[in-house]
Amino acid sequence: MRNNLTCTVALAALTAGAGVASAEDLTLCWAAWDPANALIELSKDFEEKSGHKMSFEFVPWPNFADRMLNELNSGGKLCDLMIGDSQWIGGGAENGHYVKLNDFFDAEGITMEDFIPATVTGYAEWPKNTPNYWALPAFGDVVGWTYRKDWFERPEIQEAYKAKHGHDLAVPETLDELKNIAQFFQEREIDGTKVYGAAIYTERGSEGITMGVTNALYNYGFEYGNPESPYELEGFVNSAEAAAGLEFYKTLYDTATPPGSSNWYMGENIDAYKSGQVALQMNFAFIWPGVEADPNVGGGKSGYFPNPAGPSGQFAQLGGQGISVVAYSDKQDAALEYIKWFAQPDIQARWWELGGYSALKAVVEDPGFATSQPYAQTFLDSMAIVKDFWAEPTYAELLLAMQQRVHDYVIAGNGTAQTALDGLVKDWVEVFEDDGKI
Amino acid sequence: MSFSVTEPTIRTKWFAGTAVILYAVITILPLMWIVATGFKSPADSIAYPPKVVFEPTLEGYVNLFTTRTRLAEGDMAALPPAETWYEKIVRDQGQIISGPSRYGERFLNSVIIGFGSTVLCMVLGTAAAYAFSRFRVPLKDDLLFFILSTRMMPPIAVAIPIFLMFRQLGLNDTHLGMILLYTAVNLSLSVWLLKGFIDEIPVEYEEAALIDGYTRFQAFYKVVLPQAATGIASTAIFCLIFAWNEYAFAVLLTSGTAQTAPPFIPTIIGVGGKDWPAVAAGATIFLVPVMVFTILLRKHLLRGITFGAVRK
Amino acid sequence: MVYTPIEKLAQATPQPMAQKVRGLSDRAIAWIFVAPSIFLLLAVNIFPLIWTIRLSFTNFKVNRANRDIEFIGLRNYERILTDSDIWMTMQATAHFLIWTIVLQVLIGFALAYLINMKFKGNDLWTTIIVLPMMLSPAVVGNFWTFLYQPQIGLFNYVVTFFTGGDPSSFSMIGDVHLAPWAIVIADTWMWTPFVMLICLAGLRSIPDSIYEAAECDRASKWRQFWTITVPMVLPFLMLAVLFRGIENFKMFDLVVQLTGGGPGNTTTLTSIDLKREAFEKWRTGYSSAYAVILFVTVFGLASIYVKALNKVKER
Repeated sequence: MRNNLTCTVALAALTAGAGVASAEDLTLCWAAWDPANALIELSKDFEEKSGHKMSFEFVPWPNFADRMLNELNSGGKLCDLMIGDSQWIGGGAENGHYVKLNDFFDAEGITMEDFIPATVTGYAEWPKNTPNYWALPAFGDVVGWTYRKDWFERPEIQEAYKAKHGHDLAVPETLDELKNIAQFFQEREIDGTKVYGAAIYTERGSEGITMGVTNALYNYGFEYGNPESPYELEGFVNSAEAAAGLEFYKTLYDTATPPGSSNWYMGENIDAYKSGQVALQMNFAFIWPGVEADPNVGGGKSGYFPNPAGPSGQFAQLGGQGISVVAYSDKQDAALEYIKWFAQPDIQARWWELGGYSALKAVVEDPGFATSQPYAQTFLDSMAIVKDFWAEPTYAELLLAMQQRVHDYVIAGNGTAQTALDGLVKDWVEVFEDDGKI
Repeated sequence: MSFSVTEPTIRTKWFAGTAVILYAVITILPLMWIVATGFKSPADSIAYPPKVVFEPTLEGYVNLFTTRTRLAEGDMAALPPAETWYEKIVRDQGQIISGPSRYGERFLNSVIIGFGSTVLCMVLGTAAAYAFSRFRVPLKDDLLFFILSTRMMPPIAVAIPIFLMFRQLGLNDTHLGMILLYTAVNLSLSVWLLKGFIDEIPVEYEEAALIDGYTRFQAFYKVVLPQAATGIASTAIFCLIFAWNEYAFAVLLTSGTAQTAPPFIPTIIGVGGKDWPAVAAGATIFLVPVMVFTILLRKHLLRGITFGAVRK
Repeated sequence: MVYTPIEKLAQATPQPMAQKVRGLSDRAIAWIFVAPSIFLLLAVNIFPLIWTIRLSFTNFKVNRANRDIEFIGLRNYERILTDSDIWMTMQATAHFLIWTIVLQVLIGFALAYLINMKFKGNDLWTTIIVLPMMLSPAVVGNFWTFLYQPQIGLFNYVVTFFTGGDPSSFSMIGDVHLAPWAIVIADTWMWTPFVMLICLAGLRSIPDSIYEAAECDRASKWRQFWTITVPMVLPFLMLAVLFRGIENFKMFDLVVQLTGGGPGNTTTLTSIDLKREAFEKWRTGYSSAYAVILFVTVFGLASIYVKALNKVKER
């Protein structure tokens, strides 16, 4: 036992670079979901090598932002490491919640060049597109689609589809094709039960419908603002193209989704898909390992494809998080040690094996990666087309306004797409004015 | 039993019984559904159309008490065979147990905070109710209304100041802090109900005790308290139910150490989505203590409340 | 000389009794008995309330703690009272409040009346009926989303079993017209037992002798019900309504889990809206003003109501 211990300490000294601080009890905060459980498993290696003990505080998605931002805003010391949502990065940086990592990266030879560019911009930088890093990309995630390959392959379904649309039933290339396929499956009898088209994000309470509708908006030409002059919203957020995108989403909701899917997000979509209610589901990539392992829909019965293109291009909503060191922690050195350990290529490779979407180029560009899982190629394709929501310190206010405006139009059916987006511009301008940005 | 003109006829009773039982059956249906879901497999729990007949499994209960990790098939095959029945259940899902879940802790927190605040609330509430009942006060109605008004503030509204205050005092995310908070919220109900019960106890009893040489405090302790036991018991049920199930304060003010079960239960996740059987299992187990407490005090609940919370 | 209420209270004790006391004086006992409660209420309820009132005149944001706090007078109040969205949440709250109380009073009273017939086994069935009340509202809200799912939930199947039709033909939570009723149904299911218990207490407090006297006067059962039962139970019923009213005005957990306030803003009750302002947008000053407005509203309604209640009791 003694020998073992000495070994561990020596190893820790090696990994830590500088002399070993006393063993710390580190707490890592993240959302409660599949990848978090995988991270516990992965972190056992860190505990062994460093001698530090890892504790985890996982908060479920619907309360994650409230609970954790409450913690950060009050200068709480609960979390030493925070895998915070990508939109928090602005607030984390400007309000001093996160430790700036540039010096640490330089000292340890960690370079952001080694990570997928979209994840660096999305999870680590503030202000965006400047080399100021507040996190290390930890979990790559993006909205994509899952479909019932077994249903698509049935001859009678293929025939019926071809008879209706004049071309073969295949993975959709465009949003219009997606809508056709979803409408085709809507209320169709399969194996004696009535099934529906697609499960899409419609949740009202946190961020659900925004994370869904943006996949249509981006591809129809919605912009967060004038690319030349930030915070100029009029005509970009509420352009005619953007309104068309919003109308598309409403049509999809009205004509091709299961009845009662008015408040659905990740969990509900998974339930609907696994129980055989729908042919397609929109969801973040993190669910794919779970789909493959499912007794009903896994093992080759499901296929995956990136968000299809619209009239103005092909984009997909970014999810995922970076890992940051909390500025209020007393154990920042040990926390940095964890990040250093986590950034190593072999740990990142193991992370992918356990079901964590690594953002390290060395992992995803490995020749074997694309074929390592049925969804690996779709993940890569999707990560290449990501766009993210505002990451401003006021992101929550921007998000809440969007949730309300969009839900009110798409689900409750009030007003038109144009009035919804006009209202959104009004709300957003107010938020930016209050914050002194315009 | 002697004949009474007010006694309902057999037919009326039969009708009343049928109507009540019908309502009870309808009202119990969602509850039975929750209990049944706890014994379903995750696939059965979300079956479309819903399954009334299913093969019961303890998967939900095992998942409730463990955290699990999915392993690749190769890694799974390399493992030694499962040693216990619950390990086997988890392995059949293609997972291994990576540790206990936090449900146990959360449940224990609920017990400490729920019963702690109920006891404290009864002690403070009985004392205050006694004082309000026995001493004539010009402003009594106003004071009582003041106490009631403390219950009118939405928890969300005072949560920020309480949060900041608790942080200053080191009460944030502690059992003591939550016990004090729930006690304060429940005091209004308990003072209002208990005052009603104590009002019903004839003041002559105490006067007799005082003449016998008891001190005021002894009279309260030895004469009034036993008389009020029924009322205290039924009030305690209401206070416990509230403290046991409170959500808004718990979700905003507690996290790692003192979080109770209500914010925890709805959020138990399984593979990919919500683990409905585990959620149902958690809700079922969580119902048991209050249910037992209520059934034990059932006689008091029904008889005690007839003392008349508002008479006079 | 100014007396605190508690001193007045102690002084008001009947003289003969006070003289008989040995050991602690009545005044001391009054202090010891009342002070801890008052102190706790002051610390945990009143102090935060005062703090909230103070914050309501500022532009403070908890997530911008390093920004200067400015006193902006009544601007927060002005903004809230002129915001049309707030009136929509008020309407949603009123709908919820009125219908839950109406349904719970009607069903609760009817049940209590029937149970009071003392049929065989009424004890057991009463206990069963009380069960939903013991669940956590958050868990109830959560499970009712599940029960309301048209495809995999129980509710639509049970309803269409009686009415016929396709379970998937309606959606309680997704429909703008049904969603406000979905939350009313779930709350009524959960809290009717509470009203029932208090009504039962009222019914059992009516002495048999009153009915016997009425019977001698040849009063019909119908007349007995309206002239004896209803007036005697009324104070109890009003107390139940008071407590349910206060609780449902603050309603948060059940509804937030059930609908998240949707579709659109259809079921966004004031507490849900307040939570968004306070804990998601972090507009602390603004939400404090909002909280004060809500508090004043309940306080005002409740004090009118309690006056009425006292009148009824005196009759």
